[in-house]
Amino acid sequence: MVAKSKSSRSSLLSFLTNNEMLVAYLFILPSLIGFVIFYAIPAVRAIEISFLEWNLLSEAKFVGIENYQKLFADDRFWSAMQTTIYYVLWNIPLETLLAILMAVVLDRFSSGVSNLLRSIMIVPWLLPNVIVALLWLWMLDPSLGIVNQILAIFGISKQPFLGSPDQAIPSIAMINIWRHVGYKAILIYAGLKVIPKSLYEAAAIDGANEITKFFRITLPLLRPVLAFVLVTSVIGSFQIYDTIAITTDGGPAGSTRVIIYYIFEQIFARRINMGMATAASVVLFAILVTVTIIQNTLLRSGQSDLADYS
Amino acid sequence: MTTMTTQAQTPANPFIRFLRSLTWGDVIVGVIVAIMLFLVLFPLWWVVRTALTNPTKVYSDPSAIMPIETTTFNLERVLGMIDPSEIVGMQATNLSAGTLNFWIYLRNSVIVSLIITIGQTTFSAMAAYAFARLKFPFRDQIFFLYLMGLMVPGIVLFIPNFVFIRQLDLIGTIPGIVAPFFFMTPFSVFFMRQFFLTLNRDLEESARLDGASVLGIFWRISLPLIQGPLFTMAVLTFIGSWNEYLWPFLVGRNEEVRVLTVALAVFRQQTPQGAPDWAGLMAGTIVAIIPTILVFMFFGRRVVDSIQFSGFK
Repeated sequence: MVAKSKSSRSSLLSFLTNNEMLVAYLFILPSLIGFVIFYAIPAVRAIEISFLEWNLLSEAKFVGIENYQKLFADDRFWSAMQTTIYYVLWNIPLETLLAILMAVVLDRFSSGVSNLLRSIMIVPWLLPNVIVALLWLWMLDPSLGIVNQILAIFGISKQPFLGSPDQAIPSIAMINIWRHVGYKAILIYAGLKVIPKSLYEAAAIDGANEITKFFRITLPLLRPVLAFVLVTSVIGSFQIYDTIAITTDGGPAGSTRVIIYYIFEQIFARRINMGMATAASVVLFAILVTVTIIQNTLLRSGQSDLADYS
Repeated sequence: MTTMTTQAQTPANPFIRFLRSLTWGDVIVGVIVAIMLFLVLFPLWWVVRTALTNPTKVYSDPSAIMPIETTTFNLERVLGMIDPSEIVGMQATNLSAGTLNFWIYLRNSVIVSLIITIGQTTFSAMAAYAFARLKFPFRDQIFFLYLMGLMVPGIVLFIPNFVFIRQLDLIGTIPGIVAPFFFMTPFSVFFMRQFFLTLNRDLEESARLDGASVLGIFWRISLPLIQGPLFTMAVLTFIGSWNEYLWPFLVGRNEEVRVLTVALAVFRQQTPQGAPDWAGLMAGTIVAIIPTILVFMFFGRRVVDSIQFSGFK
């Protein structure tokens, strides 16, 4: 193990640089410090705080499950939950379908053209949420926004978009689809590329048309990638906040008060209630874990159908 | 487009020949791509168009495709190159006349993003190498914990982290803003580990037989081999930190450490509800997306490739 060396100093150095375990622990040490301080301890602390009555200023008081009881009895919590789910339902299905469509379209181009298209498609995803929200707030402005000007060309009357309780959530969903759909399409496109072309050729010999091929070959074989895309987008979608903070700030008439909004109200309201805020965040986490498990089971994400063909 | 079939009768004009070779499928695909490009690029043009428009004329012709009375006034204004008294003198009600010095916010964003990128990339790459290649007790258990960390939603951690940063009296400071991201994120460790795992072991083995130390192998063989992904990781981390809003909003709202995303949100909240200062806001937006555009121009392809890779866990 230790290389023979002439002086004791260099042998110490070579011991230090060549002891695999020592090097390994030195290598993970900084990341471990960060993990323990900013991930592990806070995760445990979150659960602890959710059992406290605490306004940051006075002494915290242990209240057991009282925060959770209050939370589940709070109509505002349930309406925030409902708004969040309504948003997720507007966001995810449409985004996923559009991403699949875009991926299939990309797949028809030569690699040079598709590289260029993908580089352009990724741009919205690279922009900050705040910027995307501002940009669309201006374009969707009810009276002067360009979107209404364009709709007018097609004879469609002016829409209130973010200004009306009915259209606010769908509008915010569209804004986030705009930011994420290219990114999702690129992931799905990568999934398309690993499907062996021989399968399509065999299907063509059997007389299958494009649509049959898509539903019998493409879609089933995309399942692992789709599972990944769906799980990550649903987790992100439940945590919608930035876009709403910039565009509607919870309004109009409370129609965009999602769960993260509810949590922040508990922190920044006149009566600071860290316990309730954290309890709500723990509930959100529990929901996300449940949704992830359900999705993984339904989509059997771990296994690929490709094995069945070989 | 891709399906160019040779025709029995070839017309002389290459353009007509090309049109004839198109199938209905090609036409549909072409239309979809055109719509897609329009939807991505038009909003970006609208930012530029609005930012270059004379701020008093923003509302005069909302459907004009080109800037109205093209001017760099808004850009100069957000960069603090115009005296606020001059703006008040213009008697334009929809202009926010407050100090709008984006240079400070730009500087803060650069500092915060650079510190996070350097720390996170370095420490994550080191940890990733240890997890991918070195043997040590509890390796798999620690890595499993990191993977669990990947699943916890930001908001669950933000509240206790906020309390912690507050206890350290770091609210409103650069260390407070960078701390939670400086040492690692589970994602970057995971991402880099994937790349180290793809490396061919033979090279490392033969270096070991030649008497290279563990550290030497990492530094002289493994690290240079993943230079590309490492660089992409750094770029993505930089963009991610640049875009972060919630955490800097929680801990760094004061002027001296305010980053661009927070500044734009504050700017938006300060402008009157009825008639926001759109020209100014869009000029601020241009300042804030410069790094994104640079990344796109120089590394667009690389970023796309690494995203594809990250999809396959």
